[in-house]
Amino acid sequence: MADAMRIDVVAANRLVWEGDGVNVIVRTTEGDIGILPGHEPVLAALVPCVATIVTPDGKQEVFALDGGFVLVAGNRVSLLAQYATRSAEVSLEEARKNVSELERIIDTGDATVDQVHRLHLAQAQVKAAQMTAGADYGH
Amino acid sequence: MPASLRELRQRRNSVTATQKITRAMELIAASRIIKADRAARAALPYTSLLNRAVATVAGSAVDHPLTTEVDSPRRAAVVLFTSDRGLAGAYSSNAIKVSLQLTERLRQQGCEVVPYVVGNKGIGYLKFRKVELAGQWHGISDTPTYEDATDIADTLVQKFLTDVADGGVDEIYCVYTRMKSMLVQEPRVRRVLPIEVVEEGGNTPANAAAIDQEGSGLQFDFEPDAESVLDTLLSLYVRNRIWFYLLESAASQLASQQRAMKSATDNAQQLIERLTREANQARQAEITQEISEIVGGAGALADLAKEE
Repeated sequence: MADAMRIDVVAANRLVWEGDGVNVIVRTTEGDIGILPGHEPVLAALVPCVATIVTPDGKQEVFALDGGFVLVAGNRVSLLAQYATRSAEVSLEEARKNVSELERIIDTGDATVDQVHRLHLAQAQVKAAQMTAGADYGH
Repeated sequence: MPASLRELRQRRNSVTATQKITRAMELIAASRIIKADRAARAALPYTSLLNRAVATVAGSAVDHPLTTEVDSPRRAAVVLFTSDRGLAGAYSSNAIKVSLQLTERLRQQGCEVVPYVVGNKGIGYLKFRKVELAGQWHGISDTPTYEDATDIADTLVQKFLTDVADGGVDEIYCVYTRMKSMLVQEPRVRRVLPIEVVEEGGNTPANAAAIDQEGSGLQFDFEPDAESVLDTLLSLYVRNRIWFYLLESAASQLASQQRAMKSATDNAQQLIERLTREANQARQAEITQEISEIVGGAGALADLAKEE
C-alpha cells in the first residue's frame, strides 16, 4: 500500500481535525465513495453525511459534515464543510434533542434552508455518536 | 484666585473617575482583540482551501451567473461595515467616508447605488441623512458568527441574481476595515460580486505556489459535474468573503477602540496632573492670604494700642 494520506477536516470557523489516514469514506451527491492512498484528483460535492476516516493504526475517526466538498489532490485529502463536528465532541442526547426539535419545525412547513441543514447535521451526529458507541461495546 | 479650591478638587475627582472608566474599557478591548484575532486566524484554513477549490474549478473554465460581468452596470449595492457603539476613535467615520466616496464615484458612472449597512453607527449616520437603506444588520459587529455571515451573503446573492428591472443589482461592493496591524487599520473597498476568480484574497505566496504545484498540472474529476460543483462552491465563497470581512472589521474595531481609550486615559492623566498643581497653588494662596490677614490684623491692633 502507498503511504498514508494527509487529511484535514475544515469547518468555516476552525480546523476541526488533521492527521494521517489510510481510508476516507464520505457520501457525495452521487453516492458513497472510499478514498484510498493514491486516489486520482477529484473535487466532489458532498451531501450532509457522516465521514469516516481510518487512521494508520486502524482506529476510526468519525465526523458529522453539513454538505461541503472533498478535494483530493496529490496525497492530500481535504474535507470542507460550513459546519463540521468530530463525533467525540457531540453528546448523543443533545443531538437527539436537536433532531426531534428540528423535525417538528420542518413538519410545520416553514423551515429555513439553514434549519434543514442543521437537521441533517444533527442526524449525522446521532449516527456518528452511535457508531463510536457501538465500536466501544465491541471491545 | 482663578477657581476655588473646592471646585478644583471636585473637577479632579471627576476626571479621575472618568479615567478609571476609560482604562477599564482599554483593558476590555485589549482582551477581546486577542479573541477576535484568534477567530480570524481560525478561519484561515477554510478560506485558503475554498480558494484552492474555486481556482481548481475555474481552471476548467465554466461560465456561471455569479462570475458574469456586466459591461455598464446600472445599479450597484454597497455594503458598509461599521461598529455598533462609539468610543472607537475614527473607526466608523473612516469607513463611512470611504463608502461615501465610492457611492459618489458610482453615481458619476451613471450607476444607481443601493446601500446596505452593518452596525448601528453607519445605520444612524445614513438614516439621519434620510438615505433609504436596502438592508441593515446590528448587534453583530463585536462578535460576528458564521450564521450572521450566511444571512448577509444570502441576502446579497439573492439581490444579485434578481434582474435589474425587478430591483436587482449588477455589482456588489463591500467597504470594510482591514486590520494591517494593531496600530494601523484602513478602510478598503472590495467587489464581492461578480466574483473575480483570479483574485486570491487572503492568500500568501506560499499558498499560491501550492495551488500551482498541486492544482494546475492535475486533471481533476468533478462529481457530479463541474457546473454543479462550481454552483455550490461559489455560494460558499461569497459567504466566506462576508465572513472574512466581518471578522476583519471586528478586529479593527476593537483595535481602534483600544487605541482611542488608551489616549483618553493618557489625556485624563495629564488633566489630573494639571488640576492637582492648580489645586495646590490655590491651597497655598489661601494659606498665604490667611497669614497676611492675621499679620495685618495683629499690626492694626498693635497700632491701636500704641495710640492709646
